[in-house]
Amino acid sequence: MWRYLLPIALFAILAGFFARGLNLNPGYVPSPLIGKPAPRFELPALKDPAESIGSDVLGKETALFNVWATWCVGCRQEHAFLNEIAKSSGVPIYGLNWKDNRASALSWLATLGDPYVASAFDEIGEVAIDWGVYGAPETFLVGRNGTVLFKHIAPLTPEVWQREFIPRIQADCGAYPCP
Amino acid sequence: MIPELGQFALILALGLALIQASVPLIGATIGRSDWTAFARPMAAGQFVFVAAAFVILAQSFLSDDFSVRYVAMHSNSALPAAYKLAAVWGGHEGSLLLWLMILATWTLAVAFASRSLPDLYAARVIGVLGIVSVGMLSFTLLTSNPFDRLLPAALDGNDLNPLLQDPGLVMHPPILYSGYVGLAVPFAFAVAALLSGSLDKNWARWTRPWTITAWMFLTVGIALGSWWAYYELGWGGWWFWDPVENASFMPWLAATALIHSLAVTERRGIFKSWTVLLAIAAFSLSLLGTFLVRSGVLISVHAFASDPSRGIFILLLLSVISGGALLLYAARARRMESEGGFRLVSRESFLLLNNILLLVATAAVLFGTLYPLFLDALGLGKISVGPPYFKTVFLIPMLPLLLLLGVGMHATWLSTNSQRLAQKLSAAAVIAMLAGILLPLIVYRSASVMTILGVALGAWVIVSALWDPVSRIVRRDAPGVPLTRAQWGMSTAHAGVGLFVLGVTVTSSFGIESDQSMREGDTLEMAGYEFQFRGTRNVDGVNYEAVEGEVEVRRDGRLLTILSPQKRVYRVQRNPMTEAAIDPQLRRDLFVALGEPLGAGAWSVRIQYKPFIRFIWLGALVMAFGGILAATDRRYRAAKDVRTMARTARQATESA
Repeated sequence: MWRYLLPIALFAILAGFFARGLNLNPGYVPSPLIGKPAPRFELPALKDPAESIGSDVLGKETALFNVWATWCVGCRQEHAFLNEIAKSSGVPIYGLNWKDNRASALSWLATLGDPYVASAFDEIGEVAIDWGVYGAPETFLVGRNGTVLFKHIAPLTPEVWQREFIPRIQADCGAYPCP
Repeated sequence: MIPELGQFALILALGLALIQASVPLIGATIGRSDWTAFARPMAAGQFVFVAAAFVILAQSFLSDDFSVRYVAMHSNSALPAAYKLAAVWGGHEGSLLLWLMILATWTLAVAFASRSLPDLYAARVIGVLGIVSVGMLSFTLLTSNPFDRLLPAALDGNDLNPLLQDPGLVMHPPILYSGYVGLAVPFAFAVAALLSGSLDKNWARWTRPWTITAWMFLTVGIALGSWWAYYELGWGGWWFWDPVENASFMPWLAATALIHSLAVTERRGIFKSWTVLLAIAAFSLSLLGTFLVRSGVLISVHAFASDPSRGIFILLLLSVISGGALLLYAARARRMESEGGFRLVSRESFLLLNNILLLVATAAVLFGTLYPLFLDALGLGKISVGPPYFKTVFLIPMLPLLLLLGVGMHATWLSTNSQRLAQKLSAAAVIAMLAGILLPLIVYRSASVMTILGVALGAWVIVSALWDPVSRIVRRDAPGVPLTRAQWGMSTAHAGVGLFVLGVTVTSSFGIESDQSMREGDTLEMAGYEFQFRGTRNVDGVNYEAVEGEVEVRRDGRLLTILSPQKRVYRVQRNPMTEAAIDPQLRRDLFVALGEPLGAGAWSVRIQYKPFIRFIWLGALVMAFGGILAATDRRYRAAKDVRTMARTARQATESA
């Protein structure tokens, strides 16, 4: 008798998982870095290989650290919005050009606009590993004292910006003049 | 006004579906033939109203009625007319309407073709299909109405996703859905049998052609999707183990198992409860696919815009339809007793192994697809399962399956003389081994263990499948009964499997890929072909702008062809699309796709040499053709044996 009940039992377990799954966001990946100091790095700058960009640029003021690449469709999708943030919000955006080709990255910025104060060129993806990058695009919010405040995976949209970033940016600058 | 008529037609269809789902089923239980007589007229009426709704939505697209939200979201006045029609199923709401349209068509077909079945049984089958229809119709009307208005109307539409603006994708959803939804028919046959409490050999004979037909659509649909991904996504891959692809592949595996298990039930009257369970599982997996694609529980490139309320509704639907069927199964399956046994070496044993291995494969795909969800739900972290898992785990049941396939086809029912079997197959085995070693070494001058294994297995399946038909043709005067059309179908479909295996093996072993930065005049040598980049020019399409590259392909200095890959930007949605240029030949494809501009006239160009890749889709088409042959065998078409019919009818009445 029990063997005829096995299928329905298996199905019930599956259905239970599905019901639970509906309340989860598969796109949300927590980062162990949150609340910890931003990982240190030193990389050549995208625009000039002779120059270098390091983690010391972060932690002076509230800033965004955006992981992007020209092969990533989501990056193209969020690019216009990044340009808008760069223009109007006053929060500086630093880029990590991830596993990309320098020439295509430069022509991308030339055609679509450059929202970044500067981009670091991580050709082999070593820095991305330290940052726990899961896929591009990802956007980290780094606070004034150099800790990672928030991480967003997937293209940045105005809704996410309003809901997740703005409150944290305001809390971070606190009594200090906000950007 | 017109779109409201469409919505009204759907509401009427729901009303008829409610009657279809209740009155005939109750009538069959209490034995009232005037109640069971409702089944066919309701099915026909429902078809009329669903078709009316479908035509109205299509008309809204063709006439650019942007006051309909769904049209405004998925069409544009500049969209070519053929794509406007395809846009009907280009989004969530419309694709549900397509689902309903196809279900109504299958139900109508069952209503017509079931006149030779016992009345009570036919009424139950149509009633069960009515339940499925009620579920999907209310889902559409309550959460996903395609006729919702947009006020004020949009000036122009948001356009159809450029990925879908492709001839391959116009046909892909209707064919794939015909397969998905077609599995509702064997499901309904199984549930009707459980309801009536009796299941004899006739049941399998009635169910089989429907199952094979649905399977055939599913096969072609999946192959079309794979072909589309190959030339449209610009990576040159043909299968990505994406959750949505898996969602279509799992019902296919289950349906394949079902076809084989039905063969045993039809011929030998055994495996009954198992066959019924497979019929329920196959359709449940296709509903599961619907859930996975539309609820947002998994990340996929194909996922429709998802909405949690829809997810809950489909989960509820899945629980009622599949859960209900499985409960019924738990209560009634014990009654389905087998009518006989079989020996260890017999066709039954091989088909049992076939079922086990196909089920293991289905479970492996299901587990890999849902694993991220399991871990997440248990709070154990976030991961994604990629192709390496699937490639490895899927091969484990597939290798023995292919090996046994060649033997099983020649085994006889009840018991097989293993010595005679070995004698018959030794020549085929030798041919397969020789092919496995010689083909890679002579043609490609290299071979690994997996390559030899793959080619040998492919050749083994083909040779074994064609052994009987070919020897029949060669020795026309040989004594014995001629092959039936079903046997031709089986041989053909299995030969298709062999072609597919050859295609996969050779493509993955000897395919060459190269991403190059090329300037005008640069050349690249690959597999004896010379690719010369001749620069780019701008091209204007109907609703897109494109940069078109020109690549001359030469072999031994002789110009073979000029390939023109494009990089398109569609005017409305502005996302870039890659149109690969392909020189197809049966024994190899040359694939060129344009990447990104690198500045100073240089482009990144992706060039691939894909030997035997056509065999992958050819194999699938040959399998489907075998399915057509098998489904149209005489014993399914011939006027039914009146005595068996009368007996079954009597049994059904008695047990009801």
